[in-house]
Amino acid sequence: MAAIDRHFFDIGYMDTLSSQQTPVHQLDPRAKLLTTLVFIVMVVSFGKYEISALIPFFIYPVFLCAIGNVPPAYLLKKLVLVSPFAIMLGIFNPWLDREIMIRLAGIEISGGWVSFASILIRFALTVGAALTLIAVTGFNAVCMALEKMGAPKVFVVQLLFLHRYMFVLVDEAARIFRARALRSFGGEGTGFKSYGSLVGQLLLRTMDRAQRIYLAMSCRGFEGEIHVMQPLRFGSREIVFIFGWLAVFILMRFYNLPVLIGSVITELTR
Amino acid sequence: MSHHIIEATDLHYSYPDGTVGIKEISFRITHGESVAIVGANGAGKSTLLQHLNGYLIPSRGQLRIGDYPLTKKNVKAVRRTVGMVFQDPDDQLFMPSVFDDVAFGPLNLGLPPDEVETCVTQALETVGVPHLKHRPPYKLSGGEKRAVAIASVLSMSPNILVMDEPSSELDPRARRRLIRLLKSFEHTKVIATHDLDMAVDVCERTIVLSEGRVTADGPTLELLQDEALLEKSGLEKPLQMQNCPICGDRKEKPDGNSNIIRAPRRGLQSG
Repeated sequence: MAAIDRHFFDIGYMDTLSSQQTPVHQLDPRAKLLTTLVFIVMVVSFGKYEISALIPFFIYPVFLCAIGNVPPAYLLKKLVLVSPFAIMLGIFNPWLDREIMIRLAGIEISGGWVSFASILIRFALTVGAALTLIAVTGFNAVCMALEKMGAPKVFVVQLLFLHRYMFVLVDEAARIFRARALRSFGGEGTGFKSYGSLVGQLLLRTMDRAQRIYLAMSCRGFEGEIHVMQPLRFGSREIVFIFGWLAVFILMRFYNLPVLIGSVITELTR
Repeated sequence: MSHHIIEATDLHYSYPDGTVGIKEISFRITHGESVAIVGANGAGKSTLLQHLNGYLIPSRGQLRIGDYPLTKKNVKAVRRTVGMVFQDPDDQLFMPSVFDDVAFGPLNLGLPPDEVETCVTQALETVGVPHLKHRPPYKLSGGEKRAVAIASVLSMSPNILVMDEPSSELDPRARRRLIRLLKSFEHTKVIATHDLDMAVDVCERTIVLSEGRVTADGPTLELLQDEALLEKSGLEKPLQMQNCPICGDRKEKPDGNSNIIRAPRRGLQSG
């Protein structure tokens, strides 16, 4: 119960982060969105056993965090929270793919473990970049950028409401669980039996509340358009940002930098 | 100036499951009036309010808001005229910062950014919380949230203000501040409330609802002293019109029952 409350404020913290005024925050949301999309495509386009070539890509989220003043510990916690999905995707690889691929100081590592590690790294890169994007742009602005770049309005509004109702849902859930915790003693009544009606309640209450919020929004003239105060300006800074990163991504995609640096060093020390 | 009026003629509404929400409701609220809608729980106050912002369309009868009769087609125009303050500010405030929230309406109306800036600042100053501009709304106190919710409606400069229980969940001082604020508005005001003392302070006219019908419509001071009416409608006299049970004179009714609460006095004496 307390954990739910805590996470709730944690999600709200993302909005606080996105309202800062750093050079990254001031960039046009479209520039950041486009660059991040290209980044994600680049990362997932590698072969299934690739590890070393992926490592340099961490520079992009790390750069955004550093300039955008986003605490890395916070993002790491969020990554760990959603990591079960990625782990589930790759957990069986080590059993299915037992062919030995690498011998490291006498230890044999199978292809399954390598691809599992590759999945985890890709997950950290893509989800990390997406979270950083939201932390330095704000969810509403990301949605607006999506719409301006041609994403269907229905889809964008869905996303916007998903984000909005997540708060509502967590808030209601926190109340229901608190009420139950206060009336259950020594574990009595906290079992699965009460879960059915609890979840049902949660659904009904959330729907009610969601309707009231939607009504409040339409009372204030909401018609599916998202407006953000920050004027959209695509200037030279945005162009430098996009093309600079594009060049870096292409370099990292087609040249395996760690291998390259390694060979240069061995060359020099020979 | 006809765009500040609300006129209901023989309004009926039944919910899809057959429950009758309101029936035979007629009234006319004119420019600048301040009207309290009072009634026991389930008397139909919320149903009536939901008609005023076009959420519900009457099953029978007509409602005119400003220059328009309320129909599905001109709901937008009606919502532009009526500023609705919800009972729970959390339903109303959803943007990442107070500023964004108050700017939500004006931006939807299509005002240019610099004008939005001015009207947001103005609205926040009117309700006395310009310092909260950059705070996230979910971290505010109850009174601050209420003030911001009102500002978020004022920023759209509506002609008519409709409020659902504006004084609920406020501490005494915040409530007093709200009453002063409401009195300073020149809008046409419709306030649904259980806080009859606030009704006395803010509204010169009161409409009493009971079981979906209007049981009385007249000057607040007169209606709220009519004990028979209040009894019939499931209400009680405002506290400021009752004698103080602790320090005031106790008036005994002819049948020997006191019309005031005696328990505290006995408690004091025996203690």
